[in-house]
Amino acid sequence: MTQRFAPDRPAHIGQPHLRRNALRHLAGRGAYVSDLALPRMVHAAFLRSPMAHGRITALDLDEARAAPGVIAVYSAADLNPMCQGWTGVLSHFAGMTSPAQSILADQEVLWVGHPVAMVIARTRAEAEDACEKILLDIDDLPAVAGFAPALDPDMPAAAEASASNLCFRAELKTEGAAAAFDGAALVVEGEWRFGRHTAVTLEPRAVVADYDPASGQLTVHHGTQTPFQFQDVYARQFGLPDNRVRVISPDVGGSFGMKLHLYHEEMATVAASLKLHRPVRFVADRLESFTSDIHARDHKVKARMALDGQGQVLAMEVLDRTLIGPYSTYPRTSVAEGNQVIRLMGAPYAMPDYHGVLEVLFQNKVQTSQYRAVGHPIAVQVTEALIDLAAEKLGLDPFEMRARNVVADDAYPCASATGYRFEKLSHQESLRRLRALMDYDGLRAEQAALREKGIHRGIGLATFVEITNPGAAFYGVGGARISAQDGAVVRLTPGGEAHCAISVTEQGQGTETIIAQIVADQLGLTPDQVKVVTGDTDATPSGGATWACRGAGIGGETALRAGRKLAEQLCRIAGAILQAAPESLALRGGAVVDAATGAERLALAELARIATYRPDTLPEGTDNSLSVAQHFAPQGYPFGFTNGVQAAWVEVDTETGLVKLLKHWVVEDCGRIINPLLVDEQIRGGVVQGLGAALYEECLYDDAGQLLNGSLADYLVPMAGEMPDILIGHVETPTEDTILGAKGVGEAGTAAAGAAVMNAVNDALRPFGARLCQTPMTPARILAALGIGPTERDETWN
Amino acid sequence: MKAPPFAYRLAEDLPQALDLYARSAGDAVYLAGGHSIVPSLSLRLQAPALLIDISRIAALAGVSLGPEGLRIGATTPHAVLLEDPLVATHAPLLAEAARHVAHPAIRNRATFGGNLVLADPASEFPAVVRALRAELEVEGPEGARQIAAEDFFLDLYTTALQPGEILRAVLIPPPAPGQLVAFAELARRQGDFAMVGAAVRLVPKAGVIGTADIVFHSVGLTPMRAVAAEAALIGQALDAATIAAACAAVAQDLQPGDDPVLPAATRLHLAGVLLGRLLRRVQGEWA
Amino acid sequence: MKQALELQVNGEAVALMVEPRQTLADVLRDSLRLTGTHLGCEMGVCGACLVLLDGKPVHGCLTLAVQAQGCAVTTVEGLDASGEIADLQAEFHARNALQCGYCTPGMLMTAQALLKRGAVPDRAEIREALSGNFCRCTGYEAIVDAIAATAAKRGAA
Repeated sequence: MTQRFAPDRPAHIGQPHLRRNALRHLAGRGAYVSDLALPRMVHAAFLRSPMAHGRITALDLDEARAAPGVIAVYSAADLNPMCQGWTGVLSHFAGMTSPAQSILADQEVLWVGHPVAMVIARTRAEAEDACEKILLDIDDLPAVAGFAPALDPDMPAAAEASASNLCFRAELKTEGAAAAFDGAALVVEGEWRFGRHTAVTLEPRAVVADYDPASGQLTVHHGTQTPFQFQDVYARQFGLPDNRVRVISPDVGGSFGMKLHLYHEEMATVAASLKLHRPVRFVADRLESFTSDIHARDHKVKARMALDGQGQVLAMEVLDRTLIGPYSTYPRTSVAEGNQVIRLMGAPYAMPDYHGVLEVLFQNKVQTSQYRAVGHPIAVQVTEALIDLAAEKLGLDPFEMRARNVVADDAYPCASATGYRFEKLSHQESLRRLRALMDYDGLRAEQAALREKGIHRGIGLATFVEITNPGAAFYGVGGARISAQDGAVVRLTPGGEAHCAISVTEQGQGTETIIAQIVADQLGLTPDQVKVVTGDTDATPSGGATWACRGAGIGGETALRAGRKLAEQLCRIAGAILQAAPESLALRGGAVVDAATGAERLALAELARIATYRPDTLPEGTDNSLSVAQHFAPQGYPFGFTNGVQAAWVEVDTETGLVKLLKHWVVEDCGRIINPLLVDEQIRGGVVQGLGAALYEECLYDDAGQLLNGSLADYLVPMAGEMPDILIGHVETPTEDTILGAKGVGEAGTAAAGAAVMNAVNDALRPFGARLCQTPMTPARILAALGIGPTERDETWN
Repeated sequence: MKAPPFAYRLAEDLPQALDLYARSAGDAVYLAGGHSIVPSLSLRLQAPALLIDISRIAALAGVSLGPEGLRIGATTPHAVLLEDPLVATHAPLLAEAARHVAHPAIRNRATFGGNLVLADPASEFPAVVRALRAELEVEGPEGARQIAAEDFFLDLYTTALQPGEILRAVLIPPPAPGQLVAFAELARRQGDFAMVGAAVRLVPKAGVIGTADIVFHSVGLTPMRAVAAEAALIGQALDAATIAAACAAVAQDLQPGDDPVLPAATRLHLAGVLLGRLLRRVQGEWA
Repeated sequence: MKQALELQVNGEAVALMVEPRQTLADVLRDSLRLTGTHLGCEMGVCGACLVLLDGKPVHGCLTLAVQAQGCAVTTVEGLDASGEIADLQAEFHARNALQCGYCTPGMLMTAQALLKRGAVPDRAEIREALSGNFCRCTGYEAIVDAIAATAAKRGAA
C-alpha cells in the first residue's frame, strides 16, 4: 500500500469532529427498532417460567387462543421443530460442555423467566391479557442457585441434559509458579466476590421480523451490534439462504455487548413471522430485560501474589469460579469472560510466573455472557487489590509500587506470564501523566489534613491492560461463525460527494463519524461530504461489526484502505482525462491536484460527472468505476492491547457506609486517536458503568433462584447525582500492525474504574483496619467491614 | 408491562366521585396523579374494573391558611409543597421532606394525598404528617370525618380509610411556640427510597424539651413513632448526653426486618446515626 | 372500550379514540407516531418518556392518556420545531452529550424545565435535577456541562 495518496496533512483524523447523527437524536428523530410500525404488524408477549427449575406438567393454551385480539399462541411443540437447536460451545475451550437450546421451554424450565409460550396479538396489551389466560403447571425440581449448590456433588445438575454443573475448567501454569511462592519474601492474598449485574440498555431488546413468502425474503429489524452474525444465525437455524435474510440494525438504544447474543425471544419472533407471513414485533419490557437479557460477572476469586523483598512481583496464583446459567450462551459462550479473567491477571506487570485455574459452573439463573469489559474488571480489581496490599505490607506508596512493577515502556515487544503478546504499551508514561494530572501529592496532603477532622477520604489507583482489535483467534478458531474481518464499499457519487457502506455498526459511540473522518482524509474531502451507511446486511459488505473494541481499529483500517483504493482509482481516471500520470496527482480540497505543487487540476464533481454521464469521452479502455470494495482482517498480533491507569478520590461516611465519589482520573493509551471528543466520551461512559458495578448494581437472587430486584426501582444504576467528574489524559502509541494505528477504547473505562474505587475505599478505611473485597460495595457491606452489622454468609453469595 | 383493561370516569365533584364508587360494587380505585396506581396496573398487580379520576375536583385542590392551621388539598402535587410560600412558612418540614421524594418530574404530578393514602412505609410524607400531628380530612359514603395522622397508618399499604372514602385534605396545626423541626434521610442515590429516614419535631418548654415527636420511615410496616427515644428527650436539656440516650433508645422502638441489601441490625444502626445527626442539627438551632 | 380524547399536541389540536389503559406515552408513540418520546422502564424511574404536560415535565408512562383531556402536551419534536431549545441542542451536540440518543429527549425535557426556572443552576443543582434521568452511555458529565453552558449563556443574555 503506497503512502502517496495520503493527504498532505491528516486533516480530519485526530480532530474532534461532531457527530452528525447526534442531531437526529437531539430532534427526537431517532429511529430505533422499538419505534418501527409496519403494515399488518402484530405483537408478541411471552408466558415465562415463574420457577427456577421444574418440569412442565400442564400447559393449556385454549383460553388464550380465544382471547380478544389474539392471532396465535405457540408452545414448544409449535415453534421448536421449525429451527435447529443451538449449543454455545467452542472447540478452543477444550472440554467445555453445554446443553443445546431451543426456542421455547420443552418439558423442563431452567430459570425464572424462561419463555414457555408465545402469544401473538393485535397489541402488546392484548398479548399480555392472553398470557394471563394460559394455564401452566410446573412441578418444582431442585434449583441450583449459588456457589454452594453448584459445587455440591450431590446436587442434581441445573439442566437434566447436563452430567454435572461443571461447564468448563481451564488451567494455566508456568513452570516456575510453585517455586516463586516458595522463594517469596512476601505473599499477600485474598478472596473477592463480584456481584452479578446486567447491561440495562435504556432501549430494551427489540426485534421486528418480517417474512414475505412471495419473495422468500426474511427481513429482521433487530436492535443489535452484529447484524451479519444474526443474518448467518437466522439463515442457518431456519434453513434459509443467507442472501434471503436481511438484518437491519438502525439506531440502537445501547448495547454494550448484551445485544449480540442469541435470545429465545428473537428466535421465536422470527419463527412466528415465518408462520404468520406478516411482521411480528417483540420489544422486551424492563421486567423481561432483567430476567432474559444476559447477566455478567458473578465470580468468586481466590488469589495470592508472591513478591521479593524489593516489592517486585514474582507470581500470582488464582482460582476463579464463576456461575453462569443453565447453558452456555450462543454463539460466544459463557466461558469467555472467565477465560479473560484468568489471562488478564497481572497483565500490566513484569511478572514472570503464574498459575491460574478457572471453573465455570451451571446454575438455574438467566445466562451470563459478554458485557462491556468482559473479564477485565475482575482481573484488574484482584490484581490491583493485591498490589495495594503488598505496598501496604512493604511500606511503599501505591504509585511507587506500581512504578516498580509495570512492564517498562522500552521492554516491548513482550509477553505476559499468561501468554498474551504485547506489541507496545506505555504504563510508565501513563503513571507519570496520571500523577501530574491528579496532583497526587496535593491530594495526599489534603487526605491527611481531613483525617484530623474525622473526614475519611481515600485515593485508589488501578493500572490496566485492555484487549482490543481481536483477530480470528478470539472466536473463529473455535468454530464460531463470528467474523474477525470487515468490509467497506466506498464510492464517489455522481455529484462528487462520497458514500461509504461499511460493516461496522453504530450504537452512538460515533462509528459513522470516525469512518467519515478517515474516508474524508483519503479522498481530500471533509467528513460532512462522506455519507456513511451501517447496520444493514443488504447495504454493506459483510463483517464482524462492533464488539470487543474493534470498530475503530479494524473498521477504521478497512475504511482507510477502501478510501485509498478509491483515491488511486480516481487518480487513474483523472490521469486519463488530464493526460497526466496518475502518480503525479493527489486529492485535496475536493479536487484532483498536482501532487507536487498542489495546483488544482480537476474538481472531483467534474470527474464524477464525466465518469458517470460522459464515459464516452474517456480514452478507450479507461475503467470508469467510481466504487471500490475492500475487506480487511487484522494480521500480526492476535489482539491489539491497550493500557492505562485510573485513579479515584472518594469519601467514606464511616457511620453510614455511604461513599461519595469526588473525582476520577483516567490516563489511557488507545493508539492513534481518530476523534478525541468521542474517545473521551467513550472513556467517561465506560468509567461510569464500572462505578455502577462497584457501588450499586447487583442482580439479587434468593436460594430458590428468584430474582429479587428485577426492576429499575430496585436494581440501582448509576445516576447523575452520584457520579463524579472524570478527567482524562492520553498517551498515544499507535499499533504498527495497521496503517491507521488505532486500537479500541470502549472498554477501558469499565475495565479499571471499579478497581480504583475499591482501592480508594480501602485507602479511606485503612485507619480502621477494615477492607472491602466484594462488589457492589453497599453501605451494609462497608459497615460490616467496619464491624457494624452482620457479615454476609458465604451461602448468600449467590 | 401494559395495564389490563379497565373503565375510566372523570368525576367533576366529590358527590359524583362517591356516587361512581358506590355503583362500582367495590371494584373501583380513585385515581389522582396516578403515580402509584399506573405502575401497579402496568405490573398487573391490580385489575380494578373502574378508575375514578378525582384529579380535577376543585374541593381537593389548593393550599390555604386558617385558624386551625395549614390546609393542604389532597391533589396538591409534591412540587407545590416544595415551592409554596405558605408551606415554606407554616410547614417547613414538609417542604424539606418533599426535596427527597423521588425526582423533579415525579413531583410535578404525584399528589400529596395519593402519597399518604398509598401508605408506603418507605415514603417520607407519612412520617412527616405523623410528626407534625396532622389531621386528615376524609369524605366518604357515610359523610365527612377527621382522622389523626397518628391513627391513619395501620399497616403495610393499609390506612384507616374505609372503602369508598376519599382523602380530601390534610390539616397541619399551627407550629407551637419555639417549635424546632428537622428532616433527613439516608439514601444510596438522590431520590431513592431511603435506607432510613426520620422527621423530628421538638417543642422547648422552660429550657428543656417539652414535646418530642420522632417518626421514622423505611424501618417498619408503617411510619414508626420512636416512643422510647421521645421519652428519652422529654424533660431533658438537648445536650450530648440526652442525644446519646435518645439514639440508644431507638433500639427499643424499631424492629426492622432483614432486606436483601440491608440487614436489620445495620438498618437499626443507621436509624440511630440519623437521629443523632438530626438532633444535633436541632441543637444548633436551639435558642 | 375506547373513548374520545381531545388535546393539544405540539400546538396542534388532536382528537382520537383511546383505551383508558393506554398511557400518554403509548398514545404519543403508537397513535400519533411521535416516537421521540421513549419507553425505558414504564414505572417512572428512567425519565426516557418525559413530556411537557401544560408546560411541566411529567412521565408519559405514568400518565393515562385520558387524563390529558384538554391539556397541552409538548414532546421533544415540539420543542425542537419551536426552536426554543436550539441553544441547548447545540451545546449537547458540541460536547457529544449523547451517545445512543435514547435518553436524550428526556434529558432535554428536564434541562429545559430547569433552565426555565430562571436562576443559573450550579453543577450540583444540575446533577440533582437530572436524578430521575438514566443515561447508560455518557457518564453524565457532558450532559451536565451542556446544561451549565446553556444556563450561563441564557443567564448572560
